[in-house]
Amino acid sequence: MSDQGMNESRMVHGDKITKVTTHLSQNEALLFERSSPGKKAYQLPELDVPAVDAAEALGAENVRAEITDFPEVSEVEAIRHFTRLSTWNYAIDYGMYPLGSCTMKYNPRINEVVARTEGLAWAHPYQPESLSQGCLEVMEHLENALAEICGMDAVTLQPAAGAHGELTGILLIRALLEKRGNPRKKILIPDSAHGTNPATAAIAGYAVENIKSSETGGVDLAALEQLVTSDVAALMVTNPNTLGVFENNIVRVAEILHKKGAMLYMDGANMNALVGIARPGDFGVDVMHLNLHKTFSTPHGGGGPGAGPVAVKKVLEPFLPTPRLRRSGKKLTFDYKRKHSIGRVKSYYGNFGVLVRALAYILAHGGPGLKNATMDAVLNAVYIRKALEPYFDLPYKSPNMHEVVFSDDRQSKLGVRTGDIAKRLIDYGFHPYTVSFPMIVHGALMIEPTETEGRLEIDSFINAMIAIAGECETDPQMVKNAPYNTRTSRVDEVTAARKPVLRWKP
Amino acid sequence: MYPENYRYTKEHEWVLADGDAGTIGITDHAQQELGDIVYVDLPKVGTHVESGKTFGSVESVKAVSDIYSPVSGEIVEINESLADAPEKLNTDPHGDAWLVKIKLTRPEEIQNLMSASDYQSYIGAEK
Amino acid sequence: MRYLPKSESERSAMLEACGVSSPEELFAHLPEAARLNRPLNLAPGISEYEIVEYFRDRAASTALGYTSFLGAGVYNHFRPVLVDTVVSRGEFLTSYTPYQAEIAQGTLTQIFEFQTMICQLTGMDVANASMYDGSTAVPEAAMMAVRATGKGRVLISKSVHPEYREVLATYAKYQGMPVAEFGYVAESGELDLEDLERQMDGLTGAVIIQTPNFFGIVEQVKAAAEIAHRHGALLVVVFTEAVSLGLVAPPVEADIVAGELQSFAISPSYGGPYAGIIAVKEKYIRQMPGRLVGQTTDSRGNRAFCLTLSTREQHIRREKATSNICTNQALVALMATVFMTVYGKQGLRELAEQNLAKAHYLAGKVKPRFSGKFFNEFVVKLEGKTPEEINKALLKKKIIGGLPLGRFYPELADSVLLCATEMTRRTEMDALAEVMA
Repeated sequence: MSDQGMNESRMVHGDKITKVTTHLSQNEALLFERSSPGKKAYQLPELDVPAVDAAEALGAENVRAEITDFPEVSEVEAIRHFTRLSTWNYAIDYGMYPLGSCTMKYNPRINEVVARTEGLAWAHPYQPESLSQGCLEVMEHLENALAEICGMDAVTLQPAAGAHGELTGILLIRALLEKRGNPRKKILIPDSAHGTNPATAAIAGYAVENIKSSETGGVDLAALEQLVTSDVAALMVTNPNTLGVFENNIVRVAEILHKKGAMLYMDGANMNALVGIARPGDFGVDVMHLNLHKTFSTPHGGGGPGAGPVAVKKVLEPFLPTPRLRRSGKKLTFDYKRKHSIGRVKSYYGNFGVLVRALAYILAHGGPGLKNATMDAVLNAVYIRKALEPYFDLPYKSPNMHEVVFSDDRQSKLGVRTGDIAKRLIDYGFHPYTVSFPMIVHGALMIEPTETEGRLEIDSFINAMIAIAGECETDPQMVKNAPYNTRTSRVDEVTAARKPVLRWKP
Repeated sequence: MYPENYRYTKEHEWVLADGDAGTIGITDHAQQELGDIVYVDLPKVGTHVESGKTFGSVESVKAVSDIYSPVSGEIVEINESLADAPEKLNTDPHGDAWLVKIKLTRPEEIQNLMSASDYQSYIGAEK
Repeated sequence: MRYLPKSESERSAMLEACGVSSPEELFAHLPEAARLNRPLNLAPGISEYEIVEYFRDRAASTALGYTSFLGAGVYNHFRPVLVDTVVSRGEFLTSYTPYQAEIAQGTLTQIFEFQTMICQLTGMDVANASMYDGSTAVPEAAMMAVRATGKGRVLISKSVHPEYREVLATYAKYQGMPVAEFGYVAESGELDLEDLERQMDGLTGAVIIQTPNFFGIVEQVKAAAEIAHRHGALLVVVFTEAVSLGLVAPPVEADIVAGELQSFAISPSYGGPYAGIIAVKEKYIRQMPGRLVGQTTDSRGNRAFCLTLSTREQHIRREKATSNICTNQALVALMATVFMTVYGKQGLRELAEQNLAKAHYLAGKVKPRFSGKFFNEFVVKLEGKTPEEINKALLKKKIIGGLPLGRFYPELADSVLLCATEMTRRTEMDALAEVMA
């Protein structure tokens, strides 16, 4: 191993890799392996009331034995443990994170600070409304801002994430159609859609019918005309779509659906291409969700939390989840008596802490600033497209917006697939783009730079991609075994799935 | 590579029938397309299956493939060894890694399936 | 603008490279009818200082400075300072879902530890990487039980958090998943096992109970499990007060545990974000919703972790997935992980004992309505005054009283739910008791 290790490490220090240098990183055992009996990282205040015998208060049979193998570490060990682990992650704070469809933009730290404002962070959801006016004002402000950005009439902030917003949106459609007499049976979904779309439709009790994308990657109008029958409840469309291409026929798409009494649902995953430029409400969308953790800069946090507000046209407002925020004069209040509502989709009122962060972002940019951000996001993606087009196959040639999707067509002929190129990109100091999605592009490389990358970082990314394209020709095998620079080399996902080990055991 | 006495489906299953006793598996082409197989989901013994309908699935790390029954009948045995060793489907899909044994209710359905040479030209064309 | 890292000259150079002369030209292909031809009606951007001020002003009209006896699913526990230190690290805060295992071992290792600790606490074999929250974990658990048993009906106890039941109802309505409720014993506040037995039938796939229940009472999990299992249903046990698991016996007889971790260093934050969990017995692994992290090795033979069993999930199985859930609540789950680490084996027990002691001190001053054994919450029936009147009187003393229960339980319109934690001082409880007496 050591010989090979030497060779590998020489390989990664090719002269084209300029963004990173390997350095020592700390090894760290699991908490359970670090534990030893009696170590403590806590101290509780002295009890100011008499102690209670647990067996007496709870019944002896209801008292647990000690929690076997639960951690016992000191404070110093605890902080070192998590700090060491943290250094094994790549992060936006390290550099560009061009995951297509994920909008990995800079997470402003002011958002974190204001979310911890004591009166907000420690507000209990059941404290009296008279003592919650500040929280409700934040929600009202954000609802109004999002409605203006989307060109919609009403917004609910209750859904906890994008997929949760999708479910809420589809249930709204279902409730409206049911009230009109027939909930209908099917949801149409383009084959380029995110997997959450069909999963959501199924959970809302609908059958899914896929629409093949047109030659230019958009919704095929002729196919749509044919598929929209009185059985169809809605079309779920992402705009710009997952190729980063604006649906030029979107107004027509809405007309076709509306003529047959069906609704247009928009997945707002790609709103970062539209804010301040175009509004879904203006181009025929009836209901949509937003991902505040994408477009509005709240941190992804390694996979959550997010928030997935849903914006609707007036006709869907009566069906929004309970409770609804209402203003009566100077006072804000929650309205729980809404007979047409689909009900609750989550306890309390939404991921309030995430809402605070998103509002902080909107306040920081302001109206003109949000539009500037959109323009820079698209500029960065178009710039990358121009620079990489000579090196990678571009299957769809329509003008792109905030992201660009190449295919590994040229490289796969040399035996190198998109997943391999992605892993090699890690050696160059970048997080990979989104691999193998959308599914309509065979071997997709989906790149979304966002507006918060400067020219230097983007150029450095482009140079890395060009260098790897070269390596695919000169040394494809080397690319296939990447990464070399990381403390963890390629991970055996096959064994992980065949023999699942999902918890530590002594 | 593809046994002459097997019959094949367009969905890449094979069946070996002797009267009303049949054995079903997936083809070598199917396992190659899936890559490393990590899990096999099979029906319970006694389940009735219809030709052309799914009765289970085969999973790799990042894909799931439904298994379509080539023939109709009742499942009389499943290959228990695949639960612990799904990787056998990658090494011996036409032999040791058969999926289920079935009692055929309509043995004549075999006639609708492809021969080994038809199947080979089918997968050749599919590429 | 400070979040846009380009100088004007860099921007012009990049526009030129793209073959356009203005940023607007990048949008020239958009159809006219789809375009917004006016500025957004939002105020111009403001400075950091003004943003801090804006939220400080909003926070001024909240309950800052009040003592609270509210629990009911959201608890007032101390947040060890290590928690924010850890979650503020950019490597945790600003990373994505750990798909690229080679550069996400920090998050993956931490989730593996989280899954392990949740198993240790709940007595289950496998736990996922977290759900949105407790309320959404309940319908996910119900749908899972229905898949596993092939039986579509769900029976849920009335003493499960009312808002969780509302969320379940929303999910169930459109799934053809009938939900029925069974009652609690009026005297003890415990599950009405006879009612459960009466309502069980061969079509029920899930029985859902909560312990400690919404009234704070520790339930008879074993007896409920016996009834559910005898009728071929799975038992789902819900918890909202995770600190109770430091002292109360884990629900080992359950098939699925669905819970809320807000108590583990997650600030109340007016209702979210929190983190839910689903933990199950081994044989139900493949029916689980949500992300799972598994142990494996890298190509050099070193221990490594990765997301696994992904074929259950929406990005692969699409409409046939076990759930449409996409994210977990990684950063919030990390708060819980740090919390569990800081308190550890002994600390969690001591913490739970303090909660028990405080609540029982309070119960000595204001008598609980129900006779069932309780942890850190209990129901009090008011004599002579309505909950609203009492709470109004308490507010004058800067005390937020218990939750009036009439809103959720008309039969308990004369009662409030009180909670005391390690943060509740004896003097505050004395003050509360004085007004309530």
